[in-house]
Amino acid sequence: MAKLQSVEELAHVSNAARNALAAQRGTSTTIYVGMGTCGIAAGARDTLRAITAELARLQIEADVEGVGCIGICVKEPLVDIQQAGQPRISYGNVTLEMATRIIEEHLVKGQPVTKWIVGRVPTHY
Amino acid sequence: MDRANMNDATTLVSEILVSGGAGNGLLEAFTGELTRRGLTDHVRVASASSRGFGASEPAVIAQPAGILYCRVAAADVAEIVEETVLNGRVIERLRYSEPEIHRALPFYDSLPFYSKQVRIALRNCGIIDPERIEAYFARDGYQGLGKALAMSADDVIGIMKDSGLRGRGGAGFSTGLKWEFARRSRAMPKYVICNADEGDPGAFMDRSILEGDPHSVIEGMAIAGYAIGASEGFIYCRAEYPLAIARLKSAMAQAREYGLLGENILNSGFTFDLALKEGAGAFVCGEEMALIASVEGRRGEPRPKPPFPAVAGLWQKPTVVNNVKSYGMTPQIILKGPEWFRAIGTRGSPGTAVFALTGKIKNTGLIEVPMGITLREIIFDIGGGIPKKKRFKAVQTGGPLGGCLPASALDTPVDFDSLTAAGATMGSGGMIVVDQDTCMVEFAKYFLTFATAESCGKCVPCRIGGQRLLEVLTRITEGVSSPADLDEIERISRNMREASLCALGQLTPGPVMSALRFFRQEYEAHIHDKFCPAGVCKGLFDYFILEDKCKGCGLCKKACPQDAISGERKGLHVIDLLKCIQCDACVEACNLDAVIAQPRSKGVHAIPVA
Repeated sequence: MAKLQSVEELAHVSNAARNALAAQRGTSTTIYVGMGTCGIAAGARDTLRAITAELARLQIEADVEGVGCIGICVKEPLVDIQQAGQPRISYGNVTLEMATRIIEEHLVKGQPVTKWIVGRVPTHY
Repeated sequence: MDRANMNDATTLVSEILVSGGAGNGLLEAFTGELTRRGLTDHVRVASASSRGFGASEPAVIAQPAGILYCRVAAADVAEIVEETVLNGRVIERLRYSEPEIHRALPFYDSLPFYSKQVRIALRNCGIIDPERIEAYFARDGYQGLGKALAMSADDVIGIMKDSGLRGRGGAGFSTGLKWEFARRSRAMPKYVICNADEGDPGAFMDRSILEGDPHSVIEGMAIAGYAIGASEGFIYCRAEYPLAIARLKSAMAQAREYGLLGENILNSGFTFDLALKEGAGAFVCGEEMALIASVEGRRGEPRPKPPFPAVAGLWQKPTVVNNVKSYGMTPQIILKGPEWFRAIGTRGSPGTAVFALTGKIKNTGLIEVPMGITLREIIFDIGGGIPKKKRFKAVQTGGPLGGCLPASALDTPVDFDSLTAAGATMGSGGMIVVDQDTCMVEFAKYFLTFATAESCGKCVPCRIGGQRLLEVLTRITEGVSSPADLDEIERISRNMREASLCALGQLTPGPVMSALRFFRQEYEAHIHDKFCPAGVCKGLFDYFILEDKCKGCGLCKKACPQDAISGERKGLHVIDLLKCIQCDACVEACNLDAVIAQPRSKGVHAIPVA
């Protein structure tokens, strides 16, 4: 990694990062799992493991990212599904069993499980 | 003809991925079409696993342009190659279209929990992966530092002063003014310190920022270093936050890789780097002088101020000590300007405040709201009110050194000055809500126990005053106190307030003084009547089942571990005080508020009458 030599280079790297992220997100499924201490205390590590296991089992390629605490801790573990750059859809209180079901319903069948959904994350957030 | 504009197009598309439907003949169709057009040297085709688009597959992804097509059929292939591969145009009808059912789902900012929030310090928390600096870059990360480096240090300080940012650690001193004092001090070297000790029980605002967006703090500290003329900074993070420490270390390393920490940052001539110092379990080290002592390797004990750290701090050199949230907000203030910040919040307290909502509240969590919002809005609109249909009793703000406010104060605007005037403090942002089942004597005693245990012991008013105050409160909760004890509380509190060396001792009496101010009858009931109205202090009440509320459901009988409750289905249930150990199981089990605490009756009880 070369050290940035100017403010212009920083702006360039920022643009590149933004574009790369947009291209990546625009063509794939990204799954965000709340991995702040609140999420972990609520069981997010198990939820994350269940998600990666199920994706492997179904041979689905999706990016799984750990993020921090989005604030609504009472709903942890939170799992957000973002597809093709659209707003993230947030599932709340996601247990191992729910995680497996969500992948099947939301990703494979294309049907979000509305009763477990907290809301969508606006793109301006 | 096909090769004429090929150079332009193929920089947009050099790879076609067929996902989740290779069996549909798409792979062959693409290979065939690309061969026919002579493009096989420039564009490769590959099959990829399903990307989870389930019902919208087979999908085709054109890289590196990042174009996704759904429900692609063999008949579409020729058009895709012509339009997208060769001419870089997007075919709208093949794009991913969001299912109608998604659009019915509410956005976060229309949910009561989020609709009143303005996220500045928390802007990236829960949104980005804190372990990837590139994700921070994509959200204007380090642009604030870049902008600051292009202006003079005095201008940076001017912006911070004009913004009106007051220290979010709780003291609320003007951040810009503090940096100015440090800048004007002549001694070198100077230091920047981040107070990430967050000792208040129930507070996790700083922890969440350190775990979720560590770069915002690093960037803020670098800006502060530039402003005051420091080249070294320390993050003092409590050891009880191992995840925050790990994320900070990873973030600092990544920042160094890009040269955003270290020598000659962005070729500006400014050199700045950070070190992490872990705390060792002492609440008092959240006090800046004790914190500095700890960084110096000494026992965490404060010393008198003045001189203030900005003049003589770490190793007697000019030092700026600020809270995690203050640094976290700094890059945005530099980027968006002081007027933007001033336009949020109130005149005396511009900007936002971050609160950790805990206790008897439906929506526990972390919020960021403009200063000036009322306690009622926070607790009931955002927090969702009290669970299990219980009544709000009080809210503790400012942690163990703060104060509690009753229902009559719910319309108090939340800002530094209004909360102080009301009898509480802003503190770092911990907000604990309690309901009718909380005893305000026991509640104050809880915080007092904590504060006295954490006293460093250096000064007499705190070391001994705290102990004596705790003894008085303990007597009151045990029903062996006298009316003179109320005067004793006031006397000791006054001594501690006026004579303690640091804010720990000065503010330890805060919770009990505010509880006494707003809930005096409850204290008097404990003292005069040996009665705890909330039914908490063991031995100071009897449980009793109200005839007009009991419907005979039997839940209390089932819950009682002592078989102390008798009653037939649909008939009035009765508690046998000879067996009752006051464990609260029946109170928790009852959905009708039929179990109440009443003053003790005469006679033999399992728990002796005081």
